[in-house]
Amino acid sequence: MTAAVAFENVARHFGSVRAVDGVTLDIAPGEFFAMLGPSGSGKTTCLRLIAGFEQPSSGSVRLFGEDVSQVPPWRRPVNTVFQDYALFPHLNVIDNVAFGLKIAGQGRAERTRAAEAALEMVALPGYGARKPAQLSGGQRQRVALARALVNKPRVLLLDEPLGALDLKLREAMQEELRGLQRNLGITFVFVTHDQGEALSMADRVAVFNDGRIVQVGRPEDIYYRPAVPFVADFVGSSNVLPAALTGQGRPGAVRPEAVRIVAEGGVPATVTAVSFLGAATRVTAEAAGTRLTALLPCGAARPAVGDSVRLGWDAADLHLMGAA
Amino acid sequence: MTTAPSFVGRLSDGFWRRPRLLLFLLLLPPLLWLGIIYLGSLFALLAQSFFSIDQFSGVVKHELTLDTYAELGRPANLDIIWRTVLMAALVTVASVAVAFPIAYYAARYAKGRWKALFYLGAMVPLWSSYLVKVYAWKLILAKEGIIGWIFAKLHLTPLLEGYLAIPGVGGNSLSVSPTGTFIVFVYVWLPYMILPIQAALERVPPSLVEAAGDLGATPAQTFRSVLWPLALPGVVAGSIFTFSLTLGDYIIPQIIGTSARFIGLAVYQYQGTAGNVPLAAAFAVVPVVIMGLYLTVAKRMGAFDAL
Repeated sequence: MTAAVAFENVARHFGSVRAVDGVTLDIAPGEFFAMLGPSGSGKTTCLRLIAGFEQPSSGSVRLFGEDVSQVPPWRRPVNTVFQDYALFPHLNVIDNVAFGLKIAGQGRAERTRAAEAALEMVALPGYGARKPAQLSGGQRQRVALARALVNKPRVLLLDEPLGALDLKLREAMQEELRGLQRNLGITFVFVTHDQGEALSMADRVAVFNDGRIVQVGRPEDIYYRPAVPFVADFVGSSNVLPAALTGQGRPGAVRPEAVRIVAEGGVPATVTAVSFLGAATRVTAEAAGTRLTALLPCGAARPAVGDSVRLGWDAADLHLMGAA
Repeated sequence: MTTAPSFVGRLSDGFWRRPRLLLFLLLLPPLLWLGIIYLGSLFALLAQSFFSIDQFSGVVKHELTLDTYAELGRPANLDIIWRTVLMAALVTVASVAVAFPIAYYAARYAKGRWKALFYLGAMVPLWSSYLVKVYAWKLILAKEGIIGWIFAKLHLTPLLEGYLAIPGVGGNSLSVSPTGTFIVFVYVWLPYMILPIQAALERVPPSLVEAAGDLGATPAQTFRSVLWPLALPGVVAGSIFTFSLTLGDYIIPQIIGTSARFIGLAVYQYQGTAGNVPLAAAFAVVPVVIMGLYLTVAKRMGAFDAL
């Protein structure tokens, strides 16, 4: 099957800054794909390369098999939900949503009907006459979503669309977006720096660092089998162990709940903090300069701050990673 | 613990307790200035235009009459008004066309040093004397001036002469043609157009332009449906300057152009040399009325909706 979006060794340099540095990527049609990474990791630039706001310095970007590296944004079958929503302040909600249809030459009655249907889909019926300034952040976000979806794009790009919303609204929108994507069957490409958001919503996640993709995989892969320490560190609460602590010549990751206090073997560590969480006790300790966290089940012996202990784990719980 | 406040401290405390009093005191001088000196003189002007002048003695008769306006309606005077309004409109349109790209560049692309350079470039012409600039243009536009010289070097002199032969826009040389007047007006008022447009465009987030493109709009469509409506308040603000300044100016048409009179020149001559203050006042009312109409129409068309 032809990929919806395909990057082939794409680079985008701004002067001496390599914002995107050799990215190769396939996104399948109908997939909910998340680009995850810290700010400045190149994920947003990749999204802008798909939208056409940036042109690759080298490599090629394909949409459904067609090389679009030379195609301007207004001729690409994609639409974007912008981080700041980018609603047109001089137009009311209906005209905002119908903007793309008007440009495409649809008549007023027809496009108004389509825009109203799109507003219904995002649960904002009857808001058409308002100006964007009269809406709350969450409502603006929905209008932006409707404005993009009404054009029936083949790929929907979302640039940190939930970043400006408060926690409760964000969680509700996560579910809605996921449901919307399932119903519409459109490919969603979602940029976020929130690992929880990426893991809970996406079919697959690409983790970006320094303009490169360090790992692509299903959320479980990313979470349980990080390829490199950066992913383990960025994505999870896993303990990242340097090669010296794993004893296997490679760095590893071990989940806090797999770490135990053992009588012998393991690694020597000094307890730096103990906090009672109810169902478990979290013990933070330092072993040879590395901070380790252990979640001890209730009932286990609790060490005190300053105690010297030995921390151990089952070999099966240790996930070994690549060095980089 | 509170300590006993000083006089200034007590004053501040008093204002803190009565914030409206402070506001009133701050607004009093400008309100007096605007209300009495500015609006008062405007009203005096308006009143003058309803008096008339005794044809024999040249003394102003202080009784209300529309005679002066009847005189204003004579073909020769209407000619002056029409010429001025047309010039002001053309100057305004040309200023928008020249200013918009400059303002867009400054708002969207210029950063740091380039931005400073832009402000300098836009403002410096405002610092130097208006008369110096106008006389400089007289030299530039003169028959042996730099423009004629460039046309000669490019062997395009016949082109320039052909243009100058066109009645209505041409003349003996650019410096004594309506085209020359037009060029100098555009030059002199341009900063007043650039700065408001730049300020308006500065408030348009770049993502709006990208969003329009993302939704299928070509750059031309983006300009029409997003950039222009959002820049319109700035364009209207700028055009208020260029339009009204051209309507009222009496120096440029005197130094550069034909001897055909403009409203400003007519006001200057009637109240100075001719001593016909009522007619001068009636002439001066014309730009006020035109600007009032212009702003009403602009508001109707939604020019200020994006403010």
